[in-house]
Formats: sequence, C-alpha cells, structure tokens
Amino acid sequence: MSKAVSVLNGARFSGLATVEDAGLQGMITLRGDLGSSALKAAVKAATGADVPAQGSISVAENGAAAWMSPDELLLLVPYEDAVAKTAEVAEALKGEHALAVNVSDARAFFRLSGEGAREVLGKVSPVDFDAAAFKPGQFRRSRLAQVAGAFWLNDDGNFYIVCFRSVGEYVFKLLSAGAHPQSKVGVY
Amino acid sequence: MLILECPYCGVKAEETELAAGGEAHLKRYGPGSSDDEFHDYLFMRENPKGVHFERWRHANGCGKWFHAARCTMTLEVFGTYTAQTSVPTQEILDKIAAKRPGWTWREFADGKK
Repeated sequence: MSKAVSVLNGARFSGLATVEDAGLQGMITLRGDLGSSALKAAVKAATGADVPAQGSISVAENGAAAWMSPDELLLLVPYEDAVAKTAEVAEALKGEHALAVNVSDARAFFRLSGEGAREVLGKVSPVDFDAAAFKPGQFRRSRLAQVAGAFWLNDDGNFYIVCFRSVGEYVFKLLSAGAHPQSKVGVY
Repeated sequence: MLILECPYCGVKAEETELAAGGEAHLKRYGPGSSDDEFHDYLFMRENPKGVHFERWRHANGCGKWFHAARCTMTLEVFGTYTAQTSVPTQEILDKIAAKRPGWTWREFADGKK
C-alpha cells in the first residue's frame, strides 16, 4: 500500500503565531442519536472520551469526541486505528439509526500555537476569540475565510483546526498570511 | 449585519455563516391543484416592510435549517425557531405581538393563531 502523507507533509510557518500541519489524524464522522446509550458506549470504547456537550470537545488520552451538530460527532483516533475503530463503532451500533464513516484522508489538520493564535484565527473567522468568550474545550464549526472549517482550543493553549483536505493548502496559506509578523492588530 | 442564533447549536451566527433559504411556511400545491394555486406557490412571495418569516441554514456550522422571524425594516430579530413546524410557534407570535402590535403577514396576524 502507498504511504499515507498528510496534506502539506508537516509544513510550518512561524510569525505572530506558529501554523503547523499537525500530521495524519484519524477522524471518524459519526451520525446518530447522541442521547442513546449504545452510541455513548461506542464513543467511549472507540476514543475513551464521553459524548461531549453542545459546542464542546471531550478529550481523552488517546482520542477525542467533538460536537459537530445535534446528531453528529467527530471522533478523533490515532490514524493507524481509524479503519478498525470505524468498523468497531459500526458494529457496536448495529440496529441503531446511526452511521460511522472513516474520513481521515478527506481532512486536513493544523495546529496553531503561540501568543498570536487568537488574533490569527480571529482574522479569518467570524467568531469571538476573546479569552472570556472562547475557552479551552470549546469546539466550533464555522468558516475560515471562504471555506468551512472547525476548530477547538486545547487545554495546552493551542488551537487545532480541521478542514477539508481539498482546501488544506488554502487554509495553511491563509493562516500563514494572517500570522505575517508585520500584521499585528493587537485585539486579543 | 444580521445575527441569528441557531436553535440547534446555540451559536450566535452572523450572516456570513448562514445561507438564506427564502420565505418560510410556504404551503405546497402539487398534483391536483389548480393552475392558479400552483402559480402562486411557485412565484408569489411576500415582500413586506416589517415583520417577515424566513428560512435560514447554518451552512458554515451545524448545517441545520431553521426559521427566523425578523423585521425587514429595522433588522430586529424577534427570534429563531425549529424547522420542524409549518406555522410559527406561539412563543414567537407572542414576541412579535409585544413589539409590533397589529402586525400581519400572510394568514398570520396579531392575535390570530
């Protein structure tokens, strides 16, 4: 089998904030009734995390579950395990009105870290990134300039950004331009 | 800038995160209806100055459709509500009546269910 490579193969830009291709990340889209106990158990088994509350992400040691919509979760698992975990989740939810799909290779994954991270993301997304408004553990689906994207703020202060792989290069360049060293606005 | 709160994910989304879906609560006339009814269903839309009901989609977000009641003149938003209804909810009607006594819109009006 061919070797899997993340969208920009570890590209990195440093300016107001550091933009990095965060590498290969297993991602499973799971749709179903988020209140059902079978689904809760399946999510726990696959990621180690609980089903998150509205607009948040629950992170466990080796995985995470993010709230995408009232009937959709994004499960984060190690890349190598994505295929097996997808099958496990599907098996656990047999008979339920639910669907699990491995979308790892359809997504790009970035890390945005450093002092200016809030400002850089604030330039490209219509979201309030004030420290009082956007807290660690919050997960938000929105847009990044012209394309759809989702992001959350990790407990370590880094933003993680998920978007479609087809627009991965666009998002990287967008964030890099936003992080240009001479483009400081100083809002956040 | 129009800011609507998505009733499905609780996000206060601004206009660029949303997609407009046209007038709300259209009654569909299909096979068996008269030509006039079908014509009106296809082409006749409200264009009010004041209270208006619309469909919106949280396109850059949870992706769900929802309804919004707002004033086209002042951009005041009376409220957003679920898409799983063919008439505005009583809560919304009450809110509009409180702010725009005597309002009317299609078959809906102040004090009328």
